[in-house]
Amino acid sequence: MSQVLVVTSGKGGVGKTTSTAALGAALALSGNRVAVVDFDVGLRNLDLVMGAERRVVYDLINVVQGEAKLQQALIRDKRLETLYLLPASQTRDKDALTAEGVARVMAELRDTFDWVVCDSPAGIERGAMLAMRHADVAVVVTNPEVSSVRDSDRIIGMLDAKTEKAERGEYMEKHLLLTRYDAARAERGQMLKVEDVLEILSIPLLGIIPESEAVLNASNLGCPVTLNAAESAPAKAYIDAARRLEGDVIPMVVPMERRGLMSKLFGRRAA
Amino acid sequence: MTIFDFFKPARSAPVARDRLQILLQHERVSAGASDLINVLREEILAVISRHVDIPADKVQVKMQRGDAISTLEVEIELPNPIRRRAA
Repeated sequence: MSQVLVVTSGKGGVGKTTSTAALGAALALSGNRVAVVDFDVGLRNLDLVMGAERRVVYDLINVVQGEAKLQQALIRDKRLETLYLLPASQTRDKDALTAEGVARVMAELRDTFDWVVCDSPAGIERGAMLAMRHADVAVVVTNPEVSSVRDSDRIIGMLDAKTEKAERGEYMEKHLLLTRYDAARAERGQMLKVEDVLEILSIPLLGIIPESEAVLNASNLGCPVTLNAAESAPAKAYIDAARRLEGDVIPMVVPMERRGLMSKLFGRRAA
Repeated sequence: MTIFDFFKPARSAPVARDRLQILLQHERVSAGASDLINVLREEILAVISRHVDIPADKVQVKMQRGDAISTLEVEIELPNPIRRRAA
């Protein structure tokens, strides 16, 4: 049965797009047919993070408005046969995404794919609502930082009120993905700990992604970190998170980035 | 401040946790309440407009929170003469 997953957060810049690409690729690696869908109309970054920016011809809005068929707009990943991207438009009016059109496209995607992973725009506006509306399961991306945790709380409230699943009176499955985590700084009391964030938000933990150079490096190269550096700590954490979404039980470890002797000797990087 | 404090990093995370807990407790209560008021308002309006023609903005619902007791104030302004809705 196909699953629609929304990757969401209240605050911008916490790693939604990176996480969408990494989780989508990890799900596709284990043989699932996966579509990653960019709902961030106006900004459109998933294509860039996936390295498909020069292959975009039609986008989500073209399909929603009936100007292109879904098959024309879907871009197949160069590296993985089972991974597809439905990009967002950069220039068009945001209101071009109609609720009915989105519902139709999501139903069509469900017919074709095992997983439909929706990259939500930040905030609590209409775009974020449309992205979460049809989801079966939500991943709330949060940084261990006060503003991010507060905004996540609001998004969790919206997931419980504004999704189709919630309106039918069903339980909306939500998971926390904690990104940019630095276990050493948390240990020194300079960063909220995993337990603190979990206690405050009280939704189950899907994964802890460590602060790591590998993440920026992967997006520089336009390749999901789970494909570009599969052995790196963040990639392993994303792959474990994807397996948990598939229902596997995997023990949670706090991943640490292995750092060279020099960087240990010469202090921390600037935050 | 002793010389040792200089080497000890400031522990700001516990402060962050406490601030968040207090803030979110407050925000969750008020978010839930404003939703309740909207639901009440819409249902009251629906019941009244089944029998009387009434503009939507003539039903006001307010909640006052006190320490020991909270009050719900419902103000319904009916047009004069009252026009009964045709059955």
